[in-house]
Amino acid sequence: MEQILKAKAINKKFGDVYACNNLSIELYTGEVVGIVGESGSGKSTLLNCLSGSLVPDGGNITYLDRDNNWLDLLSLPEPRKRNLLRTEWAFVHQNPRDGLRMAVSAGGNIGERLMAIGYRNYSQIRAEATEWIEKVEIDAIRLDDKPSIFSGGMQQRLQIAKNLITKPRLIFMDEPTGGLDVSVQARLLDLIRSLVRELGLSVIIVTHDLAVARFMANRLIVMKNGKIVETGLTDQVLDDPQHSYTQLLVSSILKV
Amino acid sequence: MLEVKNVAKSFNLKNLDKGKFSVIRDACFNVNSGECVALIGNSGCGKSTLMRMIYGNYVCAEGEIYIDKENILDLKAIEMSILRKQKMGYVSQFLRVLPRVSTIDLVMEPLLDQFESRARAKDIAETLLSRLNLSSQLWHLSPLTFSGGEQQRVNIAIGFSKDYKLLLLDEPTASLDRENKKIVMDMISEKKEKGSAILGIFHDKEVRDKVCDREIDVSNFSAS
Repeated sequence: MEQILKAKAINKKFGDVYACNNLSIELYTGEVVGIVGESGSGKSTLLNCLSGSLVPDGGNITYLDRDNNWLDLLSLPEPRKRNLLRTEWAFVHQNPRDGLRMAVSAGGNIGERLMAIGYRNYSQIRAEATEWIEKVEIDAIRLDDKPSIFSGGMQQRLQIAKNLITKPRLIFMDEPTGGLDVSVQARLLDLIRSLVRELGLSVIIVTHDLAVARFMANRLIVMKNGKIVETGLTDQVLDDPQHSYTQLLVSSILKV
Repeated sequence: MLEVKNVAKSFNLKNLDKGKFSVIRDACFNVNSGECVALIGNSGCGKSTLMRMIYGNYVCAEGEIYIDKENILDLKAIEMSILRKQKMGYVSQFLRVLPRVSTIDLVMEPLLDQFESRARAKDIAETLLSRLNLSSQLWHLSPLTFSGGEQQRVNIAIGFSKDYKLLLLDEPTASLDRENKKIVMDMISEKKEKGSAILGIFHDKEVRDKVCDREIDVSNFSAS
């Protein structure tokens, strides 16, 4: 059991409002941590700080890279950070347009990530891209189409394929199944879960859907007003919540 | 294998007036390897609550719970989830699984978690499902549309797929017919022989008489 990411005392203010108020979080290899909370609670801000897309006002973030070196992310040179994002990390955005190049074909979007980690053989890239596009339930004949003519749900699936194809070690996900049909959602969550198991991936997943959190996360962090109000084993937090806000959240779920 | 010491539990519903309930106080007992112990007592006396605290599903604020000499109240969430995967099986009354995942994959999951090969995991899962009389036509379907008895057998197959040191069974035979009930009783006896410590809730007296070595009356720990 080894830590892969450590964040200490993260602060981020927008104007006078704290989006992250002195937050500390640790992630272990193979662990899936869910961050839940109402919109505006600071969960996406925290994710953006951890993944380096936002610079926090204060705090300290370190990451254990593939070669077993602890990297200080806040002082890491920009090119090295971009390299991490292309190779060891993946970021699945809430809006697929933020994670895809809309003017490049679906296959090109996926192949790009493979080329970034050294793939050069065209037919091999195409074969893996085909395999992955089918894994996320997009018909392989769409490989040469541009994502701009895909539906929102298809774009999101493409983004997930693009991110997972290189088998990153650490994945950040911001509402990854937000705009998806429930039928596709279940399939994708299962796919992500088997990859986590097979490859020992570590995942931080931000969601407001407690059902997604229950099936995906080992551990849950509940946020409100920029603070962590509760954390623990996912089923413990959902079945025996201790904080009044978590109790309200859990008791408000509609059951089908 | 399992030692419960001075455990107390209350629920505090903070958004309600008078939302505080004490359920259990001063619960003390143990379960040894190779032994099956039944929790008994009236409905609502806290049997499932106690079991869920041992599984780490409910927060235990008072007392100590040792599993294989380790106090689970001292463990971090990640350590508890590893302990569960390695040592503790739990068959709940309800099947709660991801939609669209096939029955066979669900049964294989705990084995794959422990790095069994796919072929061996599949072999074990198929043997268990056949033994529990689940038709092979159903193996590749999600159990969410199955009947109550079939779902219960899927849950049992998931919980029995490995030789856990501690097995928690919450009414595993409640919706089973005679034939399947007998099979599950045999399976429990086999796990005992292999050295598992088993803690169960069985409303069926016949099952208790057949497989349990001792009974613990949870109403003795009642807080009211």
